[in-house]
Amino acid sequence: MEDSMLVTALIAMLGGAIRVSTPFMFVALGECLTEKSGRVNLGLEGSLVLGAMVAYAGSYQTGNPWFGVVLAGLSGMFLGAIHGYICKLPKVNDMAIGIAIMSFGTGLAFFFGKPYIQPTAPRLEAIPLGGWTGDPRLAQALEVNPLFFVGIALGVFLWWALKNTKWGLIVRMTGDSAPAAKAMGVSVDLVRFIATSIGGFMAGIGGAFLSLYYPGSWNQGLSSGQGLMAVALVIFARWGPLRCLLAALLFGAAGALGPALQSIGISQGYYFFNAAPYILTLFIMIASAQSKSAAREVPGELSINK
Amino acid sequence: MAISIDAAAAVPVSRGQSVAGLKFAEAVIIPVAALVASALLFSIFLLLLGKSPLMFFGLIWTGGFGSSFSFQNTLQRAAPLVLTGLAFAIPARIGLTMIGGEGALVLGGFLSAAVAIPLVSNAVPVFLTLPLMAIAGMLAGAFWLGLTGWLRHYRGVNETIASLLLSYIAIAIMNFFVEGGLRDPASANKPSTMPIGDAYRVGAMPGTDVHWGLGAGIILAILLHLLMTRTTFGFAARMTGGNPRAAQAQGLPVGFLLVTSCAIAGACAGLAGFFEVAAIHGQANASLVAGYGFTGILVAFLARQVPLAIIPVAVLFGALAAAGGIIQRRMGLPDATVLVLQGLIFVVLLTSDTLYGRIPFLQPKSGSAR
Repeated sequence: MEDSMLVTALIAMLGGAIRVSTPFMFVALGECLTEKSGRVNLGLEGSLVLGAMVAYAGSYQTGNPWFGVVLAGLSGMFLGAIHGYICKLPKVNDMAIGIAIMSFGTGLAFFFGKPYIQPTAPRLEAIPLGGWTGDPRLAQALEVNPLFFVGIALGVFLWWALKNTKWGLIVRMTGDSAPAAKAMGVSVDLVRFIATSIGGFMAGIGGAFLSLYYPGSWNQGLSSGQGLMAVALVIFARWGPLRCLLAALLFGAAGALGPALQSIGISQGYYFFNAAPYILTLFIMIASAQSKSAAREVPGELSINK
Repeated sequence: MAISIDAAAAVPVSRGQSVAGLKFAEAVIIPVAALVASALLFSIFLLLLGKSPLMFFGLIWTGGFGSSFSFQNTLQRAAPLVLTGLAFAIPARIGLTMIGGEGALVLGGFLSAAVAIPLVSNAVPVFLTLPLMAIAGMLAGAFWLGLTGWLRHYRGVNETIASLLLSYIAIAIMNFFVEGGLRDPASANKPSTMPIGDAYRVGAMPGTDVHWGLGAGIILAILLHLLMTRTTFGFAARMTGGNPRAAQAQGLPVGFLLVTSCAIAGACAGLAGFFEVAAIHGQANASLVAGYGFTGILVAFLARQVPLAIIPVAVLFGALAAAGGIIQRRMGLPDATVLVLQGLIFVVLLTSDTLYGRIPFLQPKSGSAR
């Protein structure tokens, strides 16, 4: 009896981790790229929320959820580009601008998203991968959304590209030392503008997952700071795309803790377990702020650790 | 101690205008210009949607200031914004971007409601209960943001993200108790704590319908303004904000200044939470999470982190909020319209930071004291 409850809870957490981690993955990879170029974008939360709304509206209007996903990416890119453009002006605080873009993006999403709270849009279909297990719970946990695999592929690609391509080198150099990049004839502002825009694109796709798959509808309470937690997640992952993937899975599992315990009948303290990802993030930040290995890997130009 | 030059203090220059005068003009002209630019951009947004900007801004005037009723409504909504504005501005003077006012407000409101439950059920007199509630709220807020300041200074944790995470944790703590141990069984659809009862509510200020939260906010704004401009503490805090390393080298107690500023800020936000509970809702529930903490950030930015300037700016944003309903009814715009405008003001305002020191006629002439 004890064993089977534990198994149920673990399976629920595995399924939850796969479901909940995807938006974290996209925002964290976007933020990772942006931070690698030497800039912080807190506004990705706004890109996530706006992306979620645009994806739902796009899917509803066109009947094709993948069209919604692309539109979501573009809307996130739009906010990222605004952030990227404003941050290159002198004397502008990139943390504060991030908060401003976040509230602007959220405002836009609520404004245009009002008519889409009621109607039902076509969702993204999951791929059932658990048929072979013969266990209905495991089969349900292994219904994986294609965007999950896109995220993993993106993480691996980003890791490879940052390490092995000329573009990756330029991004890393810009993030570590703007003067060095300038000396090499690289336009620091341009590199950061592009990195911030692409980061916004990825966050928008993360938002599309929220509204088109899980929880799977558009409403105003859709994201509770997932975009912001991604910033902390990148710090935890020490600016490594592969570690971002692992960290996103860990966050997904932490987020699934409350529902997993509920599935075996422990509903006491549900709201407390809901806070688990935030508490985890905070402890991770405290630990990594003092960690020498984190200090070694932080991009030199980043304002977040100064 | 070799502190002798106060860069921010008024040093009159013989050649006509003072440097301080020019700085003041810059600090007024640039935010006002940013407001005008946001209004113009928002007008374009409305025109694209086929709505009349003139009607929109007319309705804000009518809904915010048009009658005695609407003006009192405006002031009512400005009250928490003064306090949450202070909660952002005080740490900002010391160089911290603390965005956790929302959490301190929620936790402060919740704790003052929690403290009220045993006091009210034992019929402790009002004149004791309300101050104890207020103190509980302020202490809760002070602890919450003080903790962020402590983490910042002694553990090197970025205060922006830490304070935001603590906000979500504060909201979860409130939900945990409001849905669980402290839930009033009578609150079926909207879980809440026990109502504190009409006898224990904070009333309106004499001659108005506006609760005492506004009075408290104005008094605190004045006191904190004096603290920041007229005391050694304020001077040391501003110096730390200007250059923490130099402050440390001068032997200033940077850690103490930092944690204290954050605690003061948290106390302001916690007090706002107390007034939301004791004057508006009468109990603690999810209505406390109303975004006052985030609007307070915008208020403080527009006021250039000057405590006294926060009062008029909070009234302006109170009017925006108060006019939201009439705009929704008369123009058929969604209630998030005000959010879009606020976000736009926020972005334009922060972008205007780049103009400081770059507008030719606002710069002191070379040769005068700099």
